[in-house]
Amino acid sequence: MEFNNNIPIYMQVIHRIKQDIVTGKLKQGDKLPSSRDYSYELGINFNTVARVYKELEMEDIVFTKRGLGTFITESSEKVESIRHEMAKELIDNYISGMKQLGFMRNDMIEFVKENKYNSNEGNMKNE
Amino acid sequence: MNETLKLNNLTKKYYNKVALQNVNLTFERGKIYGLLGPNGSGKTTLMKIIAGLHKQTSGEILINDKPLSFETKAFVSYLPTDNFLYDSFKVKDIIKFYSDMYSDFNKDFALEVLQNNVDIELKVSKLSSGMIGKLKVALSLSRNADIYLLDEPLNGVDVLARDAIMDLIVKAYNENKIIIISSHLVSETEKIFDSAIFIKDGNIELNGDAEELRQSYGKSIENIYKEIYNHA
Repeated sequence: MEFNNNIPIYMQVIHRIKQDIVTGKLKQGDKLPSSRDYSYELGINFNTVARVYKELEMEDIVFTKRGLGTFITESSEKVESIRHEMAKELIDNYISGMKQLGFMRNDMIEFVKENKYNSNEGNMKNE
Repeated sequence: MNETLKLNNLTKKYYNKVALQNVNLTFERGKIYGLLGPNGSGKTTLMKIIAGLHKQTSGEILINDKPLSFETKAFVSYLPTDNFLYDSFKVKDIIKFYSDMYSDFNKDFALEVLQNNVDIELKVSKLSSGMIGKLKVALSLSRNADIYLLDEPLNGVDVLARDAIMDLIVKAYNENKIIIISSHLVSETEKIFDSAIFIKDGNIELNGDAEELRQSYGKSIENIYKEIYNHA
């Protein structure tokens, strides 16, 4: 995993885990590596990983079973709410970026509707 | 207590040149500290004093609540910048030497981490500088000490060996150790720091939790470093 050192690393790891949950790369009930193994795998500080797990646990995205490890939530509603939370983040970024470029709300909506630049990734018509 | 290493009002003068001025720092077990600053800022002096190789002019060093002494020296594993390995020794002889020299030396750990990195049958004179870098760090980390002082562990080492050295440090970490790494190669090292200590002309310029610094400055430790030292 490549990190952007300008942003706290724990946030980037949290983001990646959420993304992996939403995309199904991490399945509900999956066991996560121990903090030690994960810190070694990512080449980052142990306490950073411990913090990631703690924060994810507070958000009920993971849970710990004593002596067994840390697991991904088994709740489908939780996964759905992460999906929405991440969508909201993207939209917020889109809106603030478009505002900076001087576009108004209606323009933004039109852009999305028309899928203006019709790039392969952004093409919604085929889906 | 977690505070295994404490520096109180530490000052070091070489004749009338001030190398360290009233340094107050506390280090906790289970944390990795980045001691950052350009050459000549006082990093090596600070490490040598903690290692007991230099004596401070004034102030106090407490290791496990005891003042620095021959007794506390056993708690400290110090990696100096210079190449201290004998050219004519084979790597395995050096490992043997370390086992004999330090009762806390974990030979198995040393062999394990060197396994894919350095051929232990080779003589030191035949090793690349990257391999020497890895060997030195592996030897220091193979001691079962409380405090590890790694002075510029990435100096003179290529990018691949740098990654391997950082992996070594992450692997050697545990909750009971204090690891202090001095470096001016901030972008390569900052991912593994709990805390960053910026030292400038013998003074502590900034000292804080690495993630909180990133958050509050909105930039990387490397960019904070540039900000601090560019306006010298």
